[in-house]
Amino acid sequence: MQEKVKDAPSSQFKWVGTRAVRPDGVDKVTGRARFGADLAMPGQLVGKVLRSPHPHARIRAIDVSAAANLPGVKAVVTRDDFKDQPSEFIPAGEMMINYRDVVRNVMAREKALYEGHPIAAVAATSTSIAKQALKLIKVDYEVLPHVIDVVDAMQPGAPLLHEDMITAGVEPAPKTPSNVAKRVEFGHGDVAAGFAQAEIIVERAFTTKPVHQGYIEPHACVASVSEDGQADVWVTTQGHWIVRAHCARLLGWDVGKVRVTAAEIGGGFGGKTVVYLEPLALALSKKARRPVKMVMTREEVFRASGPTSGAHVHVKIGARKDGRIVAGEAELKYQAGAFAGSPVQPGAMCAFAPYDLENVKVVGYDVVTNRPKVAAYRAPGGPISEFAVESVIDEIARKLGMDPIALRLKNAAKQGTRAAYGPKFGPIGFVETLEAAKAHAHWRTPLQKNQGRGVASGFWFNIGGETSVSLQLNEDGTLSLTAGTPDIGGLRASLCMMAAEELGVDLDRIRVQIGDTGQLGYNFLTGGSRATFSSGMATVEAAREVIKEACKRAAKLWELPEDAVEYMSGGVRPAGANAGKHAPMTLSDIAGIAGKTGGPIAGYARINAHGAAPSFATHIADVEIDPETGKATVVRYTAIQDAGRAIHPSYVEGQYQGGVAQGIGWALNEEYIYGPDGRLQNPGFLDYRVPVASDLPMIDTVIVEVPNPRHPYGVRGVGETPIVPPMAAIANALADATGVRFTDLPMSPPKVLAALDEARAAGTAKM
Amino acid sequence: MAKHHIAAVVNGDPVEFLCEPGDTLLDVLRDALGLTGTKEGCSTGDCGACSVTVDGRLVCACLMLGVEAAGTSIGTIEGMANGEELHPLQRKFLEHAALQCGICTPGFLVAAKSLLERSPDPTETEVRYWLAGNLCRCTGYDKIVRAVLDAAAEMRGA
Repeated sequence: MQEKVKDAPSSQFKWVGTRAVRPDGVDKVTGRARFGADLAMPGQLVGKVLRSPHPHARIRAIDVSAAANLPGVKAVVTRDDFKDQPSEFIPAGEMMINYRDVVRNVMAREKALYEGHPIAAVAATSTSIAKQALKLIKVDYEVLPHVIDVVDAMQPGAPLLHEDMITAGVEPAPKTPSNVAKRVEFGHGDVAAGFAQAEIIVERAFTTKPVHQGYIEPHACVASVSEDGQADVWVTTQGHWIVRAHCARLLGWDVGKVRVTAAEIGGGFGGKTVVYLEPLALALSKKARRPVKMVMTREEVFRASGPTSGAHVHVKIGARKDGRIVAGEAELKYQAGAFAGSPVQPGAMCAFAPYDLENVKVVGYDVVTNRPKVAAYRAPGGPISEFAVESVIDEIARKLGMDPIALRLKNAAKQGTRAAYGPKFGPIGFVETLEAAKAHAHWRTPLQKNQGRGVASGFWFNIGGETSVSLQLNEDGTLSLTAGTPDIGGLRASLCMMAAEELGVDLDRIRVQIGDTGQLGYNFLTGGSRATFSSGMATVEAAREVIKEACKRAAKLWELPEDAVEYMSGGVRPAGANAGKHAPMTLSDIAGIAGKTGGPIAGYARINAHGAAPSFATHIADVEIDPETGKATVVRYTAIQDAGRAIHPSYVEGQYQGGVAQGIGWALNEEYIYGPDGRLQNPGFLDYRVPVASDLPMIDTVIVEVPNPRHPYGVRGVGETPIVPPMAAIANALADATGVRFTDLPMSPPKVLAALDEARAAGTAKM
Repeated sequence: MAKHHIAAVVNGDPVEFLCEPGDTLLDVLRDALGLTGTKEGCSTGDCGACSVTVDGRLVCACLMLGVEAAGTSIGTIEGMANGEELHPLQRKFLEHAALQCGICTPGFLVAAKSLLERSPDPTETEVRYWLAGNLCRCTGYDKIVRAVLDAAAEMRGA
């Protein structure tokens, strides 16, 4: 509950830690804000995509002649309009990309690799003509056997998606191709020796289903290419510099010719970090010489944009009777979808990250299947592996008769702990979240009939990266702040607050915008929980540049050395021996003399933000089970997380609450359901059911603040960690209520009921 | 395809538009009338982002044809504020930080207004069930429900 958080957790600040109204708020409650599909360019055409009905098929030929000749059709593009790309992996946020695969994902080349894979795209003067044109495109498919399940895909003799795929990370390299793109391994110590010391060992296999980010706004863009090759794209994206880079690369154009503007974004959660429609819209616009607008339907979003991996996870943990873990081992098999690049690597790195272990080993496999290529989804990879590990830890606690928080405290990573994935942790707040959970009233409140309580923890890395911010001092002393990381959940408010804090001015003196790719240097995307951290750091640097310049200008006016002027509370004054010699000047006064003292004043920070720090969380879930239907309902939930520092507590709480809601959906409802024909059976919100208001309770939050010493305001980044603990917290609550350990997500009513019936027959059920 | 000429009232103003027989009310609002505050999230009536009122009744604009709007009075998010003065629901959504990305916000506001017109003193459960047709993927609904309850209290003068 909001009231549990102090309104000004850090009283040394005027703005940081307050709950200011966001600057983009009024536009968003009045319908004025313009999202991806809200822009119409003069003369724009409608672009539509023809998609493969087959999960796996060789494309022998594509005949677009009838479509191209339909009156009203202005352009058609196919694989022939995109040059092939060499195979090389390039870091893109928390995932790696390979342009050989990206060009094939935006438009199928040799084969269609999943149902929904784009085959051709048309631009026409109306939606109905565009749809009619799609029907006129003739595609000659040779349908091939497909594989959907990750374990099936790893079997010898499974249908091969890529005939040249040799598993990376295996020595010596396999001689034959397979669907296993990569093997990764992390850990240290000697797990066999560790298990030999164990007095209790729990070993379990888990499965999770692919789940979709489920942003309410479908992918949408408008692209316009002029006769001289200058291109503009308006798009809903988490990173418009990334869109620019991908489009320029796929189309073979100069980066500088492409200007990308980020629309207001209607949710992303990682899913809007890649390109789907944008290169097609640009290619169509270039051919048609008119702007082309493309918007996905919800069905297209489900069939052809990235969910996250489904997975099989095997976990083995050994402990002594006092609860000290002596060894942890995990094997992860993650579906990547049609192209290599599942988040198995971060999944493997996260699996045991909250714990201080002497002996730990995690092996992961990245496996291609005939499904849409996965995209990042909030802490990509982490929720899957940590669900499995946190479930086994709970089982150990139950078997030892130990409090699960106490067991975690006994093993918790602290400053100086060597993480299972390699580095040593700096100051971290994991222990503080566990202590806060133990102290929370929720932990002590008695349960009602048919209810169980579970606790689970979670970890995410957080990242920094390339960031540019400009801050102009306007001639009347107001300020214009331009950042380049799209604002998905209150970023602009947080940046204004940090700038106001630095400058000692009121919040309403600063107007903030997200600039386009022509207005700032490169910005890496909004992802990895980096936006408030990185753009915040750059904003502070830009503000300090403005302050330095203001002092310089006053010094010039007062004929004093620069270091004899100090900045305080929104203005400058002579300091030291010269104090009192001149009347202080406000920032507005300085703005007024800017022209005479050297020209416009602006700060421009261009940084690679280093020093991102992980965020740990501990969640408590109470779940009530209907003994007749098996339906599990979350009746109380508390999310506790280290924010480093909450710049705007309401939006930090919002991240915790939103992550929990997505995690509850992942735990109880959400899954991609495929038929034996390899086609998705639930590509809509009716059958792919995300949590609605009546499914959820209020979500209590506690913000723990262990500041990140590498950020001027202590920010860690908070967006991703909250989705990590819910699946295990709920599974652990179900185990508490029923006596049954659930290892297969989602824990939907039929599965829970079947497991209950089985346990009742065996006499092990608690209800 | 021949277009139909339709006359209706939107946010109190008379409007006329041409639409194809298959165009939804949502297509008409967004494309013909330029009222893009009403959002398209699914086009199957499952997400509530296109919530509007038609003669006072809450509907998904994607589930109604444009031609069916003839002679009706339609309310959209663009008509919710009274001049410069925000509706209490709009103000409370801002104060409670009841939005993150904001794409679902117009639909939630239109639906919540419709609730409070019928039930000025709803319980938390009533609010949750009335808004169950509006999907939000960002907030977990907590702050939305609080904002609606707080706005209701303010509007009752409580």
